[in-house]
Amino acid sequence: MKSKLLIMKERLQMAKLIKRRAVVANDWNILTLAEGTPPAAARLPYGDVLVPLAVWQARKWDLIQRQWNDGGQGNRLGIWLAPTDDPLTLAGDLEDLDVIAVHFPAVGDGRGYSIARMLRSRLGYRGELRAIGAVERDYLHFLERVGFDAFEIEGDESVLDSFDTFSVAYQPTTIPGSWQHEVAA
Amino acid sequence: MYAYNDIDRRIVAERVTQFRDQTRRYLAGELTEDQFRPLRLQNGLYYEKHNPLLRIAIPYGQLSSKQLRTLARITRIYDRGYGHFTTRHNLQLNWVRVDRVPEILAELAEVDMHSIQSCGNCIRVVTADPLAGVSPSEIADPRPWAELFRQWATLHPEFATLPRKFKVAFSGGPDDAASTRIHDLGFEMLKDTAGNPGFRVWAGGGLGRTPILGRMVRDFLPAAELLNYSEALLRVYNLQGRRDNLYKSRLKVLVQSLGAEEFSRRVEAEWTHLRGGPLTLTPERIAAVMAHFAAPAYENLPHCDARFELARRSDKGFAAWVASNVHAHRVPGYAAVTLSLKRPGKAPGDASAQTMEAAADLAERFGFGELRTSQTQNLILPDVKKSDLYNLWQEAKKFGLATATVGLLADVVACPGGDYCSLAYARTLPVVAEIQARFSSQTELADIGPLRLNISGCVNACGHHHVGDIGILGINKAGEEHYQIILGGRSTAPAAIGKVIGPSVSAAEVPEVVARIVAHYRACRYPKENFSDTLRRIGISSFMSAAYAIEEQTFDNEREVANG
Ligand code: HEM
Ligand code: SF4
Repeated sequence: MKSKLLIMKERLQMAKLIKRRAVVANDWNILTLAEGTPPAAARLPYGDVLVPLAVWQARKWDLIQRQWNDGGQGNRLGIWLAPTDDPLTLAGDLEDLDVIAVHFPAVGDGRGYSIARMLRSRLGYRGELRAIGAVERDYLHFLERVGFDAFEIEGDESVLDSFDTFSVAYQPTTIPGSWQHEVAA
Repeated sequence: MYAYNDIDRRIVAERVTQFRDQTRRYLAGELTEDQFRPLRLQNGLYYEKHNPLLRIAIPYGQLSSKQLRTLARITRIYDRGYGHFTTRHNLQLNWVRVDRVPEILAELAEVDMHSIQSCGNCIRVVTADPLAGVSPSEIADPRPWAELFRQWATLHPEFATLPRKFKVAFSGGPDDAASTRIHDLGFEMLKDTAGNPGFRVWAGGGLGRTPILGRMVRDFLPAAELLNYSEALLRVYNLQGRRDNLYKSRLKVLVQSLGAEEFSRRVEAEWTHLRGGPLTLTPERIAAVMAHFAAPAYENLPHCDARFELARRSDKGFAAWVASNVHAHRVPGYAAVTLSLKRPGKAPGDASAQTMEAAADLAERFGFGELRTSQTQNLILPDVKKSDLYNLWQEAKKFGLATATVGLLADVVACPGGDYCSLAYARTLPVVAEIQARFSSQTELADIGPLRLNISGCVNACGHHHVGDIGILGINKAGEEHYQIILGGRSTAPAAIGKVIGPSVSAAEVPEVVARIVAHYRACRYPKENFSDTLRRIGISSFMSAAYAIEEQTFDNEREVANG
């Protein structure tokens, strides 16, 4: 009971989640490892959770079983990648994940853009790709074009306008689905 | 030259709208200073010593007379009636108002211009040979490729937040007039044995506080793979370049730390996944862009023009101007002409609105309404009939555009230095003025011959001091402006980074030191041997003693050898 309350409190302060250009409820917990904690020892929270790559790698079977055994509650599982994580290590795991999130430690740290491109174009990942961390409205357009379709972001609904900043682009897009932008020849 | 289509126009117009909203939110306090900074930088807006500064992009140096007139108009309305042409095909306005920048950008968009990616940690304005398309020594015109690259790099979503700035240059041939080796990424035009176009690729060059020449990472890249390969290279840099230390974040540091071979291997590995992919340039796409750079309607002219030859023989002033400011053209009867933006007492590269308008007029009267900006901070008319040169010279003189010093010692390349730049350790402009005053005799300058003098106000090297025959670097010595003297640099092939020759000197001493170096060269050279060749032959140490007027035993011996 106690831990549930705690999580609810955290949720109140959580940034909003935009999914496919619509604001949706954000029920996700993000597990971060305290420094020095071995990934195998991490305590998994209840509910929908994003775990670090290291935890996923150390406890793949635990995590998958936890999904099977959650009694039909439909708790979802995803992982989040730090900018130094190699997305190609996920090649065999894409089916097991509801979400892959990429963490941006700072707005100016552009590694996550290349990670997204590799997940989409190299690995052909078509599930939810979520940008978390330092995500700001002025970058939503670029983030979407490299393949992100979900965003954890502060701010009001007006941030949605940013998706439509540009109606054309010089580069082909890697966005899966039907809302591709027109691409310059 | 390239003419925008609807897509180009839409992108630029939408960019203006975006920045107008960002500026509005910033001024309304909705965006913090830190949030606004990267946004304004990618739109060319710096905050400088006196005022915000706007850097307008002139991709690969191509400018129409109409665009130049608009630039002149903008400097009048939004600035103080002049602008500064830099070494990288940009025009800087020193005194803009932040709230009016969106208006400036809207005016630029009207003539298919912008300031996108002229600052910030992104792929910067692409540069090329200023004589591209008209140079007799080029292997192929690099402009279509530079344009294809420009389009791909513009608002590239994956590469908008790189570890650091990323500069790219295209050269038309082996003389490397675009200085590819001092760029993060350089493409040098080549043809394979079957005559197919491609590039030698150089990576990891750059100046700044750790100057270094780019290394060859691929000896032949088929031209159709330009964008696939660039994507691979930029992805490797974006993911692996250092982000923990501003001074170690340029590509050159990654190339150095991995070694050129290992870096190249990683790029090739990435490229195998992209090769032949959607970015491959199809023959149709290439032909469509090349059509924009088709030769203008040249007349069929004889190689020699009698009137021109006569004028050259009878008018010494004209002859001097022809010798330095007129360049060979691949089409018989034509020449390319540099309109000099250097005049004693004037900041190199500065041009007033009247000067810009005059240059635009000249481009229309004596050419096809087209100009180029050069890496040496001058303007170029690419297509002038030899029979028009005399008239052009007389007209250009009226507007102070005919200083006959191109390629000579007085054609100084300089960054704005302490008078404008808050990063400066020392002023550059007064030193330039002193040097130009000291070397004001046309006869003397011509006798000295080709000699590049570059000066920067701090280690950032915006004035390219490492790649001048003589380089001058402003430093701070116990609170005073001092200058290091550097010799032996060169930005075109064969490129070289210059070496500091000894202790720094005060501003007052700089002209004297330069004069001693020049005197030493004149004493030691073989007939017709230019400065850099003499320097290479007799060695830098011989110049050190000369520069500081140190009498050394070896000095006379060396001179004897040199003269012998
Ligand atoms: C006035 C505002 C300016 C500022 C704040 C500025 C800042 C800088 C900085 C910090 C660098 C070093 C980059 C590095 O080491 O990674 C640099 C390099 C450079 N700047 Fe500027 N600059 C300014 C103006 C100019 C001007 C007027 C020119 C041309 C005349 C110019 C041309 C260059 C060039 C060619 C480099 C190349 C050096 C390299 O490749 O590392 N800059 N600038
Ligand atoms: S070299 Fe230094 S002083 Fe000169 S413009 Fe660049 S940053 Fe400023």
